[in-house]
Amino acid sequence: MHFGLNEDQTMLQDSVGRYLEGASELALVRGFVDGDPTLAADLQTGLMELGVPFVLMPAEQGGLGMGVLEAALIQEALGRNVSPSPFTAAYGMAVMALRTCGDSEWLGRVASGEVVLGVGATEAIGAREGAGLTLSGDKVSGRASFVMGGEAATHFLLTTGDQLLIVERASAGVQEVALTTIDKTRHAMNLDLEGATAHLVAGNNHGEAQSKMIDTGRVLLAADTLGAASRMLEKAVDYSKDREQFNRPIASFQAVKHMCAEMAAKLEPCRSLVWYAAYAQDHVPEEAGLTSRLAKAHLSEVGKFVARTATEVHGGMGFTDLLGLHYWFKRIGANRQWLGGPQAVREEAAKLQGWVA
Amino acid sequence: MDLNLTQEYVNFRAEVAAFLQAHKDAAPHQNDRSVRSEKRLAWQKILLAHGYAARTHPKQYGGFGAEPDALKARIIAEEFSRAKLPGGISGQGINMLVPTLLELGTDEQKEKYIKPTLAGEMVWCQGYSEPGAGSDLAAVKTSAVVDGDDWVINGQKIWTSTAQFADMMFCLVRTEPEAKKHQGISYILIDMKTPGIEVRPLMTMTGFAEFNEVFFTDVRVPVHSMVGKRGEGWMVANATLTHERGMLGDPDAALSRLNAIADIMKQEHVDGRSLMDNQVYRDRLVQLQGETYAMKMNGMRLTTLSTQKKSSGMAGLLVKLQGCELNHQMAELAIDVMGEYGMLYEDSPFVRDRGMWQTHYMFDLGLIIGGGSAQIQKNIISERGLGMPREPKPAQAGAKTN
Repeated sequence: MHFGLNEDQTMLQDSVGRYLEGASELALVRGFVDGDPTLAADLQTGLMELGVPFVLMPAEQGGLGMGVLEAALIQEALGRNVSPSPFTAAYGMAVMALRTCGDSEWLGRVASGEVVLGVGATEAIGAREGAGLTLSGDKVSGRASFVMGGEAATHFLLTTGDQLLIVERASAGVQEVALTTIDKTRHAMNLDLEGATAHLVAGNNHGEAQSKMIDTGRVLLAADTLGAASRMLEKAVDYSKDREQFNRPIASFQAVKHMCAEMAAKLEPCRSLVWYAAYAQDHVPEEAGLTSRLAKAHLSEVGKFVARTATEVHGGMGFTDLLGLHYWFKRIGANRQWLGGPQAVREEAAKLQGWVA
Repeated sequence: MDLNLTQEYVNFRAEVAAFLQAHKDAAPHQNDRSVRSEKRLAWQKILLAHGYAARTHPKQYGGFGAEPDALKARIIAEEFSRAKLPGGISGQGINMLVPTLLELGTDEQKEKYIKPTLAGEMVWCQGYSEPGAGSDLAAVKTSAVVDGDDWVINGQKIWTSTAQFADMMFCLVRTEPEAKKHQGISYILIDMKTPGIEVRPLMTMTGFAEFNEVFFTDVRVPVHSMVGKRGEGWMVANATLTHERGMLGDPDAALSRLNAIADIMKQEHVDGRSLMDNQVYRDRLVQLQGETYAMKMNGMRLTTLSTQKKSSGMAGLLVKLQGCELNHQMAELAIDVMGEYGMLYEDSPFVRDRGMWQTHYMFDLGLIIGGGSAQIQKNIISERGLGMPREPKPAQAGAKTN
């Protein structure tokens, strides 16, 4: 038994971490947020060169054939560096869904780079009034809300009932409604479809594929928060050692030390939880659904605590735009809401265990 | 990451399970905490012979002499817990004194004390805390002065668990009153039957006396009762504190506690609906389940780090703080969901689980304070784990500044 990362996984973590540390520095993130798309494109190219986007892609399609744990390590690094990337949707959730359905045709198109998939999974979790898609023949109509991965998507992987279908972004009857969220490092949109042409994904296990897609997405969001919160804690500790008041670094005040200790004590076990939840997706099927929900909900709570406390440790500076700490704060805040807030996700976990009808 | 056990460990698990199946009738009840009952001592003897107690202690001193293996230790804990059978005798003698003697004791001390301690026949208590020396343990004042061939001890200890049953105490005393605080302390072994020792039970908020006060009036112990040299007691005690931090306990205990609360919530009904039907309670339960899973996985990571002989780092430093807090929150939830029944206690009619959740709720608060208070844990985490500086000492303690 070995609970931890092996050598290959550590190498993957290091190489992606090192790359993003430089390539996704804050000045570039600010540029992206201000409307310059260069960073997102550069990161996509850079990550492609490292080979990591195809982490979940089966080897037959030229991918790395790795698991959700490796994908979570990449996502953690993206969260650490508040990097704009469609990774969660395009290379995590979508590839997991296609892999589960065994759709080698669409996997091949994704692997060649010809297709990048955005994902609309919100209605599979819970549909607001007026939202949801209906399929009639090969035409799909209705609204898919909170579609992820719109940064680079050429196509969208969407759900109707327990079916999975793909719609081309440029096709007739597809109207995009861009959404503004607190987190400007990632794209969010609604799709209003009217008789758009839909391609059904292969296979007849779409229900299972939807579940695995959402489980994977939630584990990755938890990993993103783990990375972002870890970075916020480090920034808070560094800042407190540097900032002096009453002729001494504020890091020497117990009030400040205890805030940092509480963050660390809550956050460190989250690392093990995320590793296990990610590992379970591929290796412990009976715990996959439960642990993805527990990880998503728990990281949402701890992430919120760290985001708030790390900001407080920075004093007034944490509240300004000068340090840019708020990019992490908002990334963590958005991760909490995407694919269901913690209470909703916990209620699903209770249902899964038969604790409620 | 590979959570499968290799064949060696699969076999080992089967071996432990077979042992428990064969010997279960000899075991005392799981909650039997009696000291030196015949059944417990007999069970300890069986466990020692098969390597399920004192597994890694040298054979020469009554141990089993196995190589340390954190994974095997975990498997043993898991199988005993699954079989609902009590493991070997624990306590401060076995967990703290024995490792200290093995490291720093004289041959004579090892010969005399380790074997009966491991057998459960010799019970120890720890004389560290004093009314004026809690978090600031090095402030101990209990004095020991040489007189002929004896140390003469005067002073008071507090929070001494098992003092009322103990044969012996390992104790911190001040032998060099002129030396600096940390350099004036010695580590001494005291026979509890020595005249001049008075043990007074210390009643706590739970209604039980889990601790004692121990008073020393001209207590004479032979000069060779010291472990380590005169004035080096702080170093000796810190060797044992390291062992205390190494005690992680049953990694699945928190999960069992959580499942027990889930059972209560399924079984208890109000207005014909189970407590589990209440979404607010249910949400809190799943919230604690997430934390419990995180702590369980953190424990598994620690097991692996230990088998790799790697430092546990932050993952280890947080265990006491987070583990105690989690247990406390679970007791709080169990009480909350029971409403008015949650306040029933002792042998009241309608009391649930003999008031165990209230006992936990109060006693766990004691655990949050004891063994290094939560505030001390946070100092340790921030200083050793995050590299933050110590709080500067005031130039003159108690001096007022503008």
